[in-house]
Amino acid sequence: MKGIFKINGKELEISFEAHKVLLDVLRENGFTEVKEGCREGECGACVVLLDGKPVNSCQVLAASAMGHEITTVKGIGTLHNPHPIEEAFVEAGAVQCGFCTPGMVIATYALLKENKDPSDEDIKRALDGNLCRCTGYVKIKKAVKLAAKKVSENE
Amino acid sequence: MNRDFKVVGKEVKKIDALALATGEVKFTADITLPDMLHVAFLYSPYPHAEIEEIDTEEALNTPGVELVLTYKDVPQTLHTTAGQGYPEPSPYDTRILDKRVRFVGDRVAIVAARTREIAQEAAKKIKVKYKPLPYNLDPEKAQESEPVPPQDAYHLLPTIYEPRKNIAAGIKLKFGDVDVAFEKSDIVFEHRFEVQYASHSAIEPHAAVAFYDERGRINIISTTQVPFHARRIVSRVLGIPLKNIRVIKPRIGGGFGGKQEVFLEQVVALVTMITKKPSKVVLSRREVFTSSRTRHPMITWYKAGVKKETGEITALKLKALMNAGAYGPHALTVMANAGSKVLPLFNKIKNLLFEGYTVYTNLPVGGAYRGYGATQGYFGFNVMLDMIAEELGIDVLEFFKKWHIKKGETSPIFEELGEGKEGVAQVIRSCALSECIEKGAERIEWYKKRRKKLREGDKVRGVGAAILMQGSGIPKIDMGAAYIKMNEDGSFNLHVGATDIGTGSDTILAQIAAEEIGTSIDKMIVYSSDTDFTPFDVGAYASSTTYISGGAVLKCARKIKEEIIKVAAEMLNVPMDAVFIENGVAYTEDRTQHVSFEDIALYSMYSRNQHQIQAVASHIGLESPPPFMAQFAEVEVDIKTGRIEVLKFVSAVDCGQPINPVLVEGQVEGATVNGIGYALWEDYIFDEQGRLKNASFWDYKIPSIKDVPEVETIICKTYEPTGPMGAKSVAEIGINGPIPAIANAVYDAIGIRLKSSPFTPEKVLKAIKEQGLKL
Repeated sequence: MKGIFKINGKELEISFEAHKVLLDVLRENGFTEVKEGCREGECGACVVLLDGKPVNSCQVLAASAMGHEITTVKGIGTLHNPHPIEEAFVEAGAVQCGFCTPGMVIATYALLKENKDPSDEDIKRALDGNLCRCTGYVKIKKAVKLAAKKVSENE
Repeated sequence: MNRDFKVVGKEVKKIDALALATGEVKFTADITLPDMLHVAFLYSPYPHAEIEEIDTEEALNTPGVELVLTYKDVPQTLHTTAGQGYPEPSPYDTRILDKRVRFVGDRVAIVAARTREIAQEAAKKIKVKYKPLPYNLDPEKAQESEPVPPQDAYHLLPTIYEPRKNIAAGIKLKFGDVDVAFEKSDIVFEHRFEVQYASHSAIEPHAAVAFYDERGRINIISTTQVPFHARRIVSRVLGIPLKNIRVIKPRIGGGFGGKQEVFLEQVVALVTMITKKPSKVVLSRREVFTSSRTRHPMITWYKAGVKKETGEITALKLKALMNAGAYGPHALTVMANAGSKVLPLFNKIKNLLFEGYTVYTNLPVGGAYRGYGATQGYFGFNVMLDMIAEELGIDVLEFFKKWHIKKGETSPIFEELGEGKEGVAQVIRSCALSECIEKGAERIEWYKKRRKKLREGDKVRGVGAAILMQGSGIPKIDMGAAYIKMNEDGSFNLHVGATDIGTGSDTILAQIAAEEIGTSIDKMIVYSSDTDFTPFDVGAYASSTTYISGGAVLKCARKIKEEIIKVAAEMLNVPMDAVFIENGVAYTEDRTQHVSFEDIALYSMYSRNQHQIQAVASHIGLESPPPFMAQFAEVEVDIKTGRIEVLKFVSAVDCGQPINPVLVEGQVEGATVNGIGYALWEDYIFDEQGRLKNASFWDYKIPSIKDVPEVETIICKTYEPTGPMGAKSVAEIGINGPIPAIANAVYDAIGIRLKSSPFTPEKVLKAIKEQGLKL
């Protein structure tokens, strides 16, 4: 089938098989910043924003996402114009292999949209669906706090 | 020695971090090429069986399928998938596909199709008639069971290898006479410990891509920790010249040893060779669990004889039985490390016996996993020390400090026990373990909390400790090399074979180069791990990159600095020894004249005696200086439910001079949290036929951010004279302590000795029932 997807602010017409999940449609159309870590909704590497809410794109039927706003990490910031959250992850040393980082950045973005000054508990709740095997989360917690500071300073 | 560093020891940002955080980076699975075929596998549903008939017709006739391969179609070269130096100290017992399957999850067939989905569906249409064979899941019964490895399996090294008895490796090492010493001991301790299967669980699943380049050479992009070993193994297995293979490592989404195995590269290369089309394989999470590699489970029996008056351990016997699973990658060396990385820590024991065997069973395959045997060995070791100190009525930390190996000391084990051959004698040149113990004790508030058994309702608190060492590379075996060239703006290309799998090695190697050359980190352009364009390196394993590859980079930087000074001296018209470099500028001794790196580079390229300023260097470790660590756990045990909660975990580490303190902390924190998950719940659950029942992140839980206690890392700096800029390694050691530290903390809380990990509530309740609470 064919459908219009709004990805990172741009409308794209994409042909896809009706049973496909959003993760596959995104990756097959060049949005490889959305990572596949488990395909079972547990690791969070494939998290994107769907109308501003974080979802595991491996658990969303692509057809159901047509017409909705989809945001990948590249819709948040870029190498040449990084978002303060991304800078915070770099500065805090929260990026080791970086495979989980796009998902972590999205989860942090969604958290900070709702809560400008998250507590430790808020951070744990918001990032619980994003697995990381490299960092032990110590620097990720630090990064989210630093990001909160940076984001509020930017406003 | 305290050098005044400008780049080393500083919190330099990881050079690839922003590209990773913004999603710019392509990982292996992100690569798509025109006409690419996708590879899927059919796996054995039996723990041990012979393939009697295999019918691929229906699969082959599926629209979109281009190739189906069975054991009849692939080279039958025996090899090991262990990405180790050559000759590998692992048995040659594996074929790409074999007529016999040896565990549930062993490969039966390979399918290549237009899409991954088609390939997976077609694989299910292959009809196989199996003849089930007797199988064995119990390592303690392996020697009497049906032989698992192929008849013709062999070992390249003259070592114990008896495949007909399912013995994949054996070691016996003896100093003095333990039996006589046990007789003369006042107290003898004897206990059995057991550690379990585990998955590395790198968030990026294993993947590989192959394609022909315009010269007709096979190019492989792969999630590998060992690109050069991968090239060598693919060449051998497929019988194609090494010169016709290029292996490229892009960014890697974590390895932890799991990607030190070469088992996908040969498959995609073969598919591409046959079809002449690019091919790609990406494992599913389930496949990573069942059919990649795991932590080797191990049973250890410790026996110690102690003199009551002095507290001296006069004799120690360690017997180890390791379960290789169905194939033997790292079968010898992981088991050897349970002794070689553990026993030297208490180097004053005069009578010592280490006897280890690794056996084949019909279960998933073990491999390299962060800690590499030391994790398995340190459990019993540290629990025994805790028991001995208690029996002697002394503080275990004082006991540790009195007897641990110190600077200027040695252990005969260093010389006797190496990786597949004898080891290398060495004297400890840097050791801050006592300081680690003291600083860690302070942070965990040891003397305030130990033996207090603070109780609130059903919950009781305790603290426990463990001490550890690892190594820095494999001495006289591991080699790394580096190449540096100067560009006309005074920047440098640093090319290394070293393999950054997320650890930050590209960054720390750039720091070492920049420091030595006398320039800033932003002038270094790093390119790593490409068998065509970087010099050789064994790869990312054995805690070797900082020490070995770092050593190569340091040597190379020294050489290019010489070259720079040579040109500067010519330009300044002074002798070479009258020139010094500071912040990218060459000055005359009296600072009256100077030329910048840019001037020097331009001059060398366009003015006189034109040449490329460049250098290349190799380095092997002549020793393997151990990093040291003390780890402390504070736990709360619920005596009603058996649940252990880790409240706080402290690691104090001596890794020599930290090249990048943030990355050092990152290594320790990551290893520690992985270790806590392993200590408390990570495990493979099999049914009676050896089928893995929890092959998903839902059922095999790795720690999430909610599971992580307060984790603290203390760096106790030393200067290792043999290391680059004084550095030792740090990547593995932190995973070794959580099991014993938590076990000892549980004993401190409720008086129960846990001897089998993971410490699940069920096991804790069972232990309470058997041993009785001591509150």
